[in-house]
Amino acid sequence: MRDVGFGYHGGPELLSDMTLSLQPGMFHFLTGPSGSGKTTLLRLCYADLLPSSGQMTAFGGDVRQLTRDGIADLRRRVGVVHQDTQFLDHLPVAENVALPLSVAGQPVDMDALRDLLGWVGLTQHARAMPPSLSGGERQRAALARAVILSPDLVLADEPTGNLDWDMSVRLMQLLIELNKSGKTVLVATHDMNLIRAAKAQVAARVLRIANGTLHLAGADL
Amino acid sequence: MRDGGSGDRIVPPTGFTAQLTLFSAGAMAFLAVFALALALATGRLADRWSSELAGSVTVRVSAPEGDQDAATQAAMQVLSTTPGAGQPRLLPADEVAGLLAPWFGPDMPVDALPVPSLIDLPITGEDFDAGGLRLRLEAEVPAAVLDDHTEWRRPLVTAANRLRALGIVSLLLIAAASASMITLAAKAALAANGQVIRVLRLIGARDITIATAFVRRFTKRAAIGATVGTLCGMAGIALLPGMEAAGGFLTGLGFQGWGWLLPLLIPVVAGVVGFLATRWAALKMLGAVR
Repeated sequence: MRDVGFGYHGGPELLSDMTLSLQPGMFHFLTGPSGSGKTTLLRLCYADLLPSSGQMTAFGGDVRQLTRDGIADLRRRVGVVHQDTQFLDHLPVAENVALPLSVAGQPVDMDALRDLLGWVGLTQHARAMPPSLSGGERQRAALARAVILSPDLVLADEPTGNLDWDMSVRLMQLLIELNKSGKTVLVATHDMNLIRAAKAQVAARVLRIANGTLHLAGADL
Repeated sequence: MRDGGSGDRIVPPTGFTAQLTLFSAGAMAFLAVFALALALATGRLADRWSSELAGSVTVRVSAPEGDQDAATQAAMQVLSTTPGAGQPRLLPADEVAGLLAPWFGPDMPVDALPVPSLIDLPITGEDFDAGGLRLRLEAEVPAAVLDDHTEWRRPLVTAANRLRALGIVSLLLIAAASASMITLAAKAALAANGQVIRVLRLIGARDITIATAFVRRFTKRAAIGATVGTLCGMAGIALLPGMEAAGGFLTGLGFQGWGWLLPLLIPVVAGVVGFLATRWAALKMLGAVR
C-alpha cells in the first residue's frame, strides 16, 4: 500500500499516508494502542475495506479494481485469523476447517485435514461443534482454517487477545512454524511481551501504528 | 470425519421458512391444477359449442294459414338440393313441443298455436354457402328464414374464450404469487443467515457459491411442495362428478386423455420459479455483503 488513507463512512481519516509493503516470507508484527487502526489495516489487506485514498495492490493487482469474484479469489490467497473467530456453528470443527476448500470447489484430502488438525492439536475435537470449543481451541481451529488453502499470506488479528499466556505462546509457535515454512505472516497485537518472546525465535519486522500513521519499530523492543 | 464438500450444508437448516415454502408451493400448485382444468375445459367447451352449432342450420317456415304446408314443402325442396348440405329434416310436432316446453309447460297444445315449421339442415360439405341459401330462400320461399346460429354461437364462444383467458390469467397470477412467496421466504432465510454469509465471504466464497446453496434448497422445497399439491389437486379433479352425472356446463370439466399429464408440469414450473426467485433474491442480497 502506498499513501493509503482510510476513514469510516467518509468521516475523518483513521489511517493516513500509510505506506507498507509486506516482504514475502517475512514475519511481521503490527502493534499500537487499542483503537489505533490495527484491525482496520488488516481489513484493508483482505479487501474487507477499501482505502479512501492512495494506492493498494495485492498480488500484483489493484485492490480497488477487483470484482466481487476477484475479492473472493484474493481471500483464498490470504488466510485470516479473526479476533472474534467466527464459524458455522451447525458444522463440526473438521468441516469448518475444510470449508475454504469446499467453497473453492476443491476436494478435501482427508489425510491432509487430519494432519492439519493434528498440527493445531484439535484431532480429538474434529467432530465437536464450534460452540463447545474453548477460546484457545477456537483460535487454533481458525488458524487451521486460515491455512488450509495454503495461502501466500496469513493475517492474524489479536489472535491471543482472549488467551492466557501459555495458550498465547502455543498459538504464536504455530504462526512461527508457518512462517518458517515460507508463509508471509502479519500479526496484529498490542502484547509487547508476546512480540519479544516471538522475536527470540524468529526474525520479525515490527510495525507500529500511532496517530494514524505507520512507523517501523524495533530498537525499543 | 465426513468426506469433504459441504454443498448446501453450508446453510444451516431453516425450519420455519422450509415449512412456509413447502406449504405455499403446495397450496399454489393445488390451485393451479384447478385453474388449468378450468382453462382446458372452457377451451373444449368453446370448441364444442362452436362446432355443434356450426354443424347445422335451421330453417323456420312461417306462412299464412293454408299456405304453411306448401311453403314447408317448397323449402324442403330447396334445401334438399343445396350443395354442401345433408338431408333436411322437418322437426315433428312432438319435438317442437319439446322445444317449447321450457316456456309453456309440458301439456301445451302446440297444434292450437301458429307455430312455424322448423327444418334442421346438417352441413356436410365445405361448399355450403349460407348467404347463397338465404338469397335463394328469399326468392323461392319468402316465408322461410334461415338461421345459421351465428347469433347464438358468437356470445357463447366469446364467453367460453373469456373463461379460458381467466383460467390462463389465474395460472400466471398463481405463478407470480408463488414467486413472491418463495422470494420472501428466501430473503427471510438469507437475512437470518447473515453471519453465515459473512463468514463464507471472508473465507473466499463467491456469491454464486453461496447463492447456489440457498437456491438448491428452495428449488427442492418448491418442487416437493408443488408435487404434493398437484397430486392432491389431480385427486380432487378425479373425484368430480362424471360427465353423465353432472351434465350441462360441468360436462368435461377436468382433464381428458393425455390432458392428465399436463398438471404434472406444475411441479417442474414451481421448481423453475423457485430457482429463479431464490437466485434473484440471493444475488441481490449478497451484493450488500462485502
